[in-house]
Amino acid sequence: MYKLLLCWRYLRTRYIALASIISVTLGVATMIVVNSVMEGFTSEMQNRIHGIVSDLVFEARSLDGMPNFAWHAEQIRKVAGDDIEGMTATVVVPAMLNFQYNGNWITRQVQLIGIDEKTQSSVSDFSRYLQHPGNREVMSFELREDGYDTRDHQAGPDARERKQMAEAGWKRRRQSARLQAFQRDYFKSEKPAAPLPGESPSSPSPSDDPFAGRLPAGAQPEGNQFDPEKQQHTGVVPGIAMTSFRTPEGEDKFLAIPGDDVKLTFPTAGQPPKATSDDFTIVDFYESKMSEYDASFVFAPIRKLQELRGMIDPSTGIGLINAIQIKLKPGADGEAVRDKLRAAFAPELYGIYTWRDKQGALLAAVQMETAILNVLLFLIIAVAGFGILAIFYMIVVEKTRDIGILKSLGAPGRGVMGIFLAYGLSLGLVGSGVGMAIGLLFVRYINEIADGLAWITGRPVFDPSIYYFYKIPAVVVPQTLAWIVIGALSIAVAASILPARRAARLHPVEALRYE
Amino acid sequence: MSNNVEETLQGNLGCFAAADHRRPTLCVGARAVPAAACSGSVAAVPAAAKRHHLPSIVGQVDHRDQLAAVDLYKSYRKGPVEVPVLRGVTMEVRRGEFLAIVGQSGSGKSTLLHLLGTLDAPDQGEIHYAGRRIDNLPARGRDTLRNRQFGMIFQFYHLLPELSTLENVLAPLMIRHGVWSYLRRRREHRARAEELLETMGLSHRLKHKPRELSGGEMQRAAIARALVAQPDLLLADEPTGNLDQATGQEIIRILRTLNRQQNLTIVMVTHDRAIADQADRIVRLTEGRIES
Repeated sequence: MYKLLLCWRYLRTRYIALASIISVTLGVATMIVVNSVMEGFTSEMQNRIHGIVSDLVFEARSLDGMPNFAWHAEQIRKVAGDDIEGMTATVVVPAMLNFQYNGNWITRQVQLIGIDEKTQSSVSDFSRYLQHPGNREVMSFELREDGYDTRDHQAGPDARERKQMAEAGWKRRRQSARLQAFQRDYFKSEKPAAPLPGESPSSPSPSDDPFAGRLPAGAQPEGNQFDPEKQQHTGVVPGIAMTSFRTPEGEDKFLAIPGDDVKLTFPTAGQPPKATSDDFTIVDFYESKMSEYDASFVFAPIRKLQELRGMIDPSTGIGLINAIQIKLKPGADGEAVRDKLRAAFAPELYGIYTWRDKQGALLAAVQMETAILNVLLFLIIAVAGFGILAIFYMIVVEKTRDIGILKSLGAPGRGVMGIFLAYGLSLGLVGSGVGMAIGLLFVRYINEIADGLAWITGRPVFDPSIYYFYKIPAVVVPQTLAWIVIGALSIAVAASILPARRAARLHPVEALRYE
Repeated sequence: MSNNVEETLQGNLGCFAAADHRRPTLCVGARAVPAAACSGSVAAVPAAAKRHHLPSIVGQVDHRDQLAAVDLYKSYRKGPVEVPVLRGVTMEVRRGEFLAIVGQSGSGKSTLLHLLGTLDAPDQGEIHYAGRRIDNLPARGRDTLRNRQFGMIFQFYHLLPELSTLENVLAPLMIRHGVWSYLRRRREHRARAEELLETMGLSHRLKHKPRELSGGEMQRAAIARALVAQPDLLLADEPTGNLDQATGQEIIRILRTLNRQQNLTIVMVTHDRAIADQADRIVRLTEGRIES
């Protein structure tokens, strides 16, 4: 009882000791903030990676692919059928995407992925990231009339409006087709290439339309039956960053929107690969907010790709594929299934990966970063521990006579030690408790704080054009919180052990004589 | 003031003695040394006691003695030099006796008291309490002994500055009981401490911190603390050393009354002859030896 009472009194009368635990407080607060933000980033990123990569990917090592999806699917089901919920075939091929903006051809290096729109959504969250509400429900490579999101449906009310998306769809297509037809007529009647009157900046970017560029190239002769006003090319879904960029204010500017046409160039199957090109029409955008994906993936119908690349066996009509995306049943262990499949299929021909393996380097880097930050921050708390040690030593010296008194009253050495250990523990509790409160408040208002800092310093702390988030993601994991607090407490207690032992070993007579 | 204290003491301590189940059985027949007879022949009694004990072999102690020191040696180390403080002290304290140990400063009287109170261990020799050797007890046993059987008061009062007067008095009980058993009986403990402080004339000082009390008040609080655990023996180290004469007299009167009313054995160390004269018996210590 006396231990608690004295510990409480010391806590309330010795403010210098409270000062010594400010570093514990700051350390705990920083650790909570850092861990929460890192955890937020990691989980956001994992969601995004997982949004496009299914649980397991079964890849052919050759770019030419493997034949017969049905046969492979059956074999895979034989090996690990119990854990598999769905499968879909994909063709993956490196490609170049060209589109025209303001008379200039813009080229992007992309990963062209042929997907089966009916089964793709069953293996990943792919359709959730599309910009048309209808496509999010039922994915289709047909251009929609209009109704594309003008506001990022994943970002909440803070996202800037994407005004350009209001025009997307058939509306846009008809408009540009008419403009293009007008231009063609204009060129016909007036042969000299005068500056186009329609090219003034105020006009709704008439030369966005790649058809304008196709005339000089002469790729499409006059007599083509294709009517761009009523027909579309094969639909493609590029990543949203492919044809847009984000201003530092967080506004998205689009160079091409659904309804516009693009050209894709990619190698054919067979030896040697030859480049082949075709026209496609953007029918939607894919926005995973994983900038790496949004700037490099283009989705197209698998059948069309197989045709263009010559991957279809003319006799059977069965196409070659590059990869099989596998969705596992909830609760299934991806690594175990992967290992099972790896054992069953020849590793020279097939690469089998979990979605984590696919982005292993990135996730590992983030994890490593978190670990190193934690070690460094924990060292700060450890430094605070030495502060506590020094102050405790002083307090023990100051309290020497009191310790003698307690011993003369029959308090055992362990009891005296207990006073100082309890004191250390309660200082740790106060320090980490306050630190936890500060940390949690910081995490709760992290975006407001970032805004405030941006306002003070005049430069954005969190630049949405760099990160594909509008807000800083932060996730508080209770387990991490508990570990941090336990760590801080044990450092505080550990730092008080030495002074407490000294107190316990003080000789009562010498302690009583101490002035 | 002092008379008042004494009167309330006589009134209230009588109640304690009656309420205390332990003490009456211990004290029956233990009042072997009548105070009046003793104070008349201060010098004769130690001499007689000494004679009585001289033939006794080390380890064999008269069980009528409450506390006995046998051939105690103690020296302190000051750097390379060993300074002998006690050089073969043999003495005994009878049950219910008010004994004064006098000597010049440096004569080792405080050291002797510390040894008797098991705050320190002798280099050589034995200390017996109620017939049992206590100087070689394990630390735990000595702590319990100090907590339950011995009460101690000091020249510098030694109250804990962080605690109020009442909490200081309660400290021995807090040390004795664990948190739960203390909290379960805290009303009882509190009532006892308040009652004791009232008999010491400090009922208006319960919530005051020691630094807000006068010297005499602090010493009275210290006495209350020493008594709260109902000890058998009170060890007082220069209890009046830091007080003016009148206040010192008041403290001595309190001790005297405790001794008479409750039959409490008191061992008091002092260098003041006038204070010592009020004890039943005086033991004189010179250069680490009992002067005969």
